[in-house]
Amino acid sequence: MNGISEVTEKYLELYRNNIDRIESMSSPYINSFRRAAFEKFRELGIPSKKNEAYRYTNLNLFFDHDYSGYFLPVASDFEKAEAFKCDVEDLDTHGLVLLNGFYPTISGKLHQLASGVWIGSLNEAALKFPELIEKHYGKYAKSDSDGLVHLNTAMASDGVFVYVPENVKLSKPVQVVNLVQADEDTFNQHRNLIIVEKGAEFSIIVCDHTLSPKKFLTNAVTEVYVGENAHFDILRVQNEHNAACKMTHTFIHQEKNSVTSSNNMTLHGGLIRNSTYHYLGGERAEAYSYGLALSDKWQHIDNYVNVDHASPNCTSNQLFKGVLDEMSTGAFNGRILVRPDAQGTQAYQKNNNILLTDDARMDTKPQLEIYADDVKCSHGATVGQLDENAMFYLQSRGISKREARLMLMFGFAHEVIQNIKIEPLRERMDNLVMQRLRGELSRCASCVVKCG
Amino acid sequence: MLDIKNLKASIAGKSILKGISLHVKPGEIHAIMGPNGSGKSTLASVLAGREYVDITDGTVSYFGKDLLGMSAEDRAKEGIFLGFQYPIEIPGVSMVNFMKTAVNEKRKHHGMDPLSASDFLKLMREKKELVEIDSKLANRSVNEGFSGGEKKKNEIFQMAMLEPKLAILDETDSGLDIDALRIVANGVNKIKKSDNSFIVITHYQRLLDYIVPDVVHVLYDGRIVKTSGKELALELEAKGYDWIKKEVENDVVA
Repeated sequence: MNGISEVTEKYLELYRNNIDRIESMSSPYINSFRRAAFEKFRELGIPSKKNEAYRYTNLNLFFDHDYSGYFLPVASDFEKAEAFKCDVEDLDTHGLVLLNGFYPTISGKLHQLASGVWIGSLNEAALKFPELIEKHYGKYAKSDSDGLVHLNTAMASDGVFVYVPENVKLSKPVQVVNLVQADEDTFNQHRNLIIVEKGAEFSIIVCDHTLSPKKFLTNAVTEVYVGENAHFDILRVQNEHNAACKMTHTFIHQEKNSVTSSNNMTLHGGLIRNSTYHYLGGERAEAYSYGLALSDKWQHIDNYVNVDHASPNCTSNQLFKGVLDEMSTGAFNGRILVRPDAQGTQAYQKNNNILLTDDARMDTKPQLEIYADDVKCSHGATVGQLDENAMFYLQSRGISKREARLMLMFGFAHEVIQNIKIEPLRERMDNLVMQRLRGELSRCASCVVKCG
Repeated sequence: MLDIKNLKASIAGKSILKGISLHVKPGEIHAIMGPNGSGKSTLASVLAGREYVDITDGTVSYFGKDLLGMSAEDRAKEGIFLGFQYPIEIPGVSMVNFMKTAVNEKRKHHGMDPLSASDFLKLMREKKELVEIDSKLANRSVNEGFSGGEKKKNEIFQMAMLEPKLAILDETDSGLDIDALRIVANGVNKIKKSDNSFIVITHYQRLLDYIVPDVVHVLYDGRIVKTSGKELALELEAKGYDWIKKEVENDVVA
C-alpha cells in the first residue's frame, strides 16, 4: 500500500508479531477494539512533521529504532517494582506502581479502599466490572489525526483503573509510579481508565521514572470520565533519563458543573510529548490546564493542548511555561475550539518561555477556532530572556548574578507550581525545580541511572 | 565616604552627565533637585552600578575604593542602597526569600554566618514595624500587585533590612500621597544614624519638609549648577527652576 512510511511499517510489523500474545492476556472487550484501531493506525501512521499537531517535533529520533522487545511481563519482572518507594516526605497517598505499563502485583490486582473507591489493574477491571468498562473504555480517546492513540488502542493491554463512586470524596490522592526498566531497548504502551462519578472528588499523581540505562519509548493513553459536579485533578511529574521518550495522551471528558485540572511537570527526559484533551461536555464545566517544562542538552519537550468547548458557559484556562537551556528545544500548541452552541464561553491561554542560550529554541502556536458570538477568549505567547530590569533589581540588593538568575527562573516556574493543591507536593516540586535549575538534578533522587 | 570627581557619562552615545563633582561625608543628607531630564536618575544608576550607562570620564571613590570598578552586587554588599523610582515586580519570588537571600549574601560577604530562620523572621518583624509596612505584603511576591505607595514603602523596608551606609533614594516621593510620604520619610529618619548618609533625589521640596538635608544641590543639564543649605530647596519651591536655568545660560554667555 502506498503512503505508509518505513517507520510506520515497523509498528505494523510489531503488531502482527505480538497480537496473539497480547490478545491471550487481555480481556475480550478490550480486544474487541484492536482490529479497527490497527486499521486506523495504518491509515494515519506515526505522526510526521506534516501533521500540524506534530510540526515541531521529530518523532523519528525515537520511533525509527529497533526496540528489541515489546514488553509483556513475566512474574519475576516485578520484584524491583514492588520494592520501589516514593521518597516525598509527608506525602500521604494510595500508592500504585506500574512496571513498563503493567500492574505488577500478581495477586490482588484490584482492590477496594475503605471509601469504596476501586483501584488497580485495568485488565483485571475489564473482567470484574464489564458494565463500567463497556460504558467508558474507548469512548473518550478519539483522534482523527493522531495515529499513536490508535496504536495504543490496538496493542495496550494493561494500566491503571480507578473507579470513584458517586459522591465519594477521596481526600488522599492516588499516586501512580510508572517505572520503566529493562535490560534491552524497549517499547511500552499502557492504558489507564479513570471514572469519577457524579459529585465525587478525586486526585491522582503520576510520576514517571526510568530505572535502567537503555533506550525506552512509552506511548500511554489515559481516559478520564468526570461526572456532574465532580472534581478531578491530575498531576504528572516526569523525570526520565535522556534516552527515554514519553508520549502521553490524556483525554478528560467533563459533564455539567464539573471542575478539573491537569498539570504536567516535566523535569527531565529525552523527548516528551504530552497531549492533553479537555472535552467540556456539560454546562458550566471548568478545565484548568497547566504545564512546566525544564530542558537542557538535546532534550525536547512538546505540550499539545486541545480544549473543546462543546457546551455553554464553560471556562477553560491554560498556563504553560518553559525554561530552555543549552541546545534544548520545545513546542507548545494550544487549540481552543468553541462550538456554535457554546455561548458564554470563557477561554484563556498563556504560554511563556525563557531561552537561556542562543541555541535553545521554542516554537509556540495558539490555534483558536470560535464559532459562537458570546465568548471571552484571550491568548498570549512569549519567548524571551530573563528580564534585565529584574536582574538589576536583585543585584542591587547584593544578590549575585548567578543567584539572581536562579531566583528569576524559579519565580517564573513557581507561577505554575503554585497551582498544585497538595501542599507537601507543592513544596517538593518547588524543591525539585530549584535543584533542577541549579543543575543538581540531572536525575531523580530515587533513580539508579546516572544519565546526566 | 563618597567622592565623585568630574564624572561624565553617556547612554547610547548621548552625553547625560557632563562633569559632576560631589563629596558626601558620613552622617550627611544631600538632596539633589533639578528639572526633568537633568541627569538625576542617571547619576543614581551610575552609583548603583547599572551597566547600560557608559562612564566616559571621572572617578568615584567610596571609602577609598574605586566604586566604578565594583559590580552592582558588591556595591550593595559594601553598603550602597538604591531606592528605585520604579520598583520592579518579580512574580513568583517571595519577599521573604528575596530578603533572606539579600541579607545572607551580605552577611557572607562580611564573614558572618547566615541568620537562622527564627532570627531572620524576627528581623523582618522589627523592620516591618519600623516602616509601617503591612505584614501581608511581606508574604507576597516582590512588588507584585502592590500599589504605587506600597512599592515605595517596600523600598524603605528593604533599606531598613539591609542597613546601608549610603542610601540613594531616587524620587521616592513621586506618586505618594501625603500619608505615604510621611511614612516613607519617618522610615528614613528612623534608619538615619550618625554615620550613614543619604542622597535624596527629588523634584519637590515637599519631601524635604520631613527629611531635612544638610546640603541641597541643583542638577541641570548634567552639571551641578548650585549647592547650598536647606534654604535653597524653599527658594526653588517658590521660584521654580527657570531662574537657575537663566543664571546658567548667562554664565555660559558671559
